[in-house]
Amino acid sequence: MSILIDKDTKVICQGFTGKQGTFHSQQALEYGTKLVGGVTPDRGGEMHLGLPIFNTVQDAVNATQATASVIYVPPFYAADAILEAADAGIKLIVCITEGIPILQMLRVKAAMVGTEALLIGPNCPGIITPGECKIGIMPGKIHLPGSIGIVSRSGTLTYESVHQTTRQGLGQSTCVGIGGDPIHGMNFVDVLSRFQTDEKTKGIVMVGEIGGSEEEDAAEFISKHVSKPVVAYIAGQTAPPGKRMGHAGAIVTGGKGTAEGKVSALKAAGVEVVNSPTDIGAAMKAFF
Amino acid sequence: MNIHEYQAKLLFQQYGIPVPDGKYTTTAQNAGQIAKELGGEGWVVKAQVHAGGRGKVGGVKLAKNVADIVTISQEMLGKRLVTIQTGSAGLPVNSLLVEKIYPIKRELYLSLLLDRASERIIFIASSAGGMDIESVAHETPGQIITVAIHPAAGLQGYQCRKIAYALGLKGVQHKLLQNILQGMYDLMLAKDASQIEINPLIETQSGELMALDAKINFDDNAVPAHPDILAMKDPSQEDDKENEAQQFGLNYITLEGTIGCMVNGAGLAMATMDLVKLKGGLPANFLDVGGGTNVEKVCEAFKLILSDSNVKAVLVNIFGGIVKCDVIAEGILEAVKQVHVSVPVVVRLEGTNVEQGRALLSNTGLNLYASDDLAHAAEQVVALAEAA
Repeated sequence: MSILIDKDTKVICQGFTGKQGTFHSQQALEYGTKLVGGVTPDRGGEMHLGLPIFNTVQDAVNATQATASVIYVPPFYAADAILEAADAGIKLIVCITEGIPILQMLRVKAAMVGTEALLIGPNCPGIITPGECKIGIMPGKIHLPGSIGIVSRSGTLTYESVHQTTRQGLGQSTCVGIGGDPIHGMNFVDVLSRFQTDEKTKGIVMVGEIGGSEEEDAAEFISKHVSKPVVAYIAGQTAPPGKRMGHAGAIVTGGKGTAEGKVSALKAAGVEVVNSPTDIGAAMKAFF
Repeated sequence: MNIHEYQAKLLFQQYGIPVPDGKYTTTAQNAGQIAKELGGEGWVVKAQVHAGGRGKVGGVKLAKNVADIVTISQEMLGKRLVTIQTGSAGLPVNSLLVEKIYPIKRELYLSLLLDRASERIIFIASSAGGMDIESVAHETPGQIITVAIHPAAGLQGYQCRKIAYALGLKGVQHKLLQNILQGMYDLMLAKDASQIEINPLIETQSGELMALDAKINFDDNAVPAHPDILAMKDPSQEDDKENEAQQFGLNYITLEGTIGCMVNGAGLAMATMDLVKLKGGLPANFLDVGGGTNVEKVCEAFKLILSDSNVKAVLVNIFGGIVKCDVIAEGILEAVKQVHVSVPVVVRLEGTNVEQGRALLSNTGLNLYASDDLAHAAEQVVALAEAA
């Protein structure tokens, strides 16, 4: 078992024929992902990377029975792409695009209420179940099928956690990058609850950062509902307040969203919080 | 992105939000002339800088006659104003806003912002205006009311009435407030503002409502879609290096340490800074070279880091996903050719094409230290910076 995706998940790509879409679709195919086609308006009927192109997500779903979609379209088209996927009945929408205006995401989230779709991202690396299915931009090679569930707001810190749990021989069940934007799809709690019920997942790595209150919400959820070992790292302990640290969501405002607050909430919930991002793997290994 | 108060007030006027009669200028003579044209018996001169807390440090001054206005303006212009929000270097005062003053009955607070937790645009209103709203929230939370707006429904009449009653407004003032609230909401949506703050909103002796101050922040992701907003950008109010970085699509923030950091990914960049500090050093900057990077970008990133004279050593930490390690390695070598590198550079590469990247960086005869262990790389760079 794994969460959200496995070897049978059929995936389509929106923004399939663009530079990013093409590169990462090739990588996904090499990894073994069941990528079954892509969407580029006005190019329906053509082939790309040996797969069919469709004009609309609905056409692609009808023809391929895909249940997941990955989005690589530019920021000002991404809201449209997410809603098109949700409207076509896609169950899992993974939006990689960085730089979507926040008010557009606000409307997207409101419009998705009542649909069956789950959204991962935007501004995220995607999701991978090692050895089975890779949806996103993470380097496949560093992963190892195994027992650790990883959830993170940062792309490269997800890779760091993967790398370390691979080196420790633990491997990963599923890794989810939930994204660095202030308004986004699945949050820590959504992913943690799935890791808790997933039989293959024996331990959980959670990587948070400054800004917002989702780590605090996660701490509360963990204290009540998570029995598996959790190792956490919070980035941005040295970040100056009021400055946006790359991620639109990584900002400390009015004394809220600080690393200290998040670390203490997680510690109080029984989470093993590491001070150094290089200690994540070893801290998890200590539980096994 | 931030704009000046006078620019925010021009936008307010476009959206029907009343502001004091006033005009902005860059010379003291004009300031006097503006006061004459405005008429009235008293004026206020406000230094235009991208920071709050101006009043406490002489950035907002009252004047009773035109001669005073000229003197005050001469004193303010060309100075750097240091407020609680600017840091010790302060911000240059290049322009002033001269406004008529009005008899104030009460000061109120009004802001519109995006609430992450509820994923709604919310109004925050308080009858305790003119103060720091965070202290009001802390000390007298009962004086604050919040109203969340559903994006499909938009601002409703009952929500305006709720705020009006909470602010103790009466009769025709309800309509005046509703116009202000609707104007703020329309402005936020039309221009992709991330926050609009009026502190204080004044009730004049004659019962009018007016935005005495105005602060608007815009969503950086959306600014490219609004040329009129982009044109309001004032680079003099921002860090030179941060401006330069932006031109090359780099995320750069100046800090005060000695160890330059070049990292891909915002999270890893923050974590690298944390790690440098944990190992006993201090980061000189936050720098995220981003996802879709290329040789030119890495090159510029390097020049940017090395242009800071505090930098004694550089740590490059790249975990390749989108960005490939060999591209980074080429960029580093290219930068070394273009800029005179006088400080040691520790490079930690991992991820896509890592072997090619490491191969490119080995045996270069340069002051480069390749490392495949992040903790060790951080220790090494701290030691090299201390030895320098």
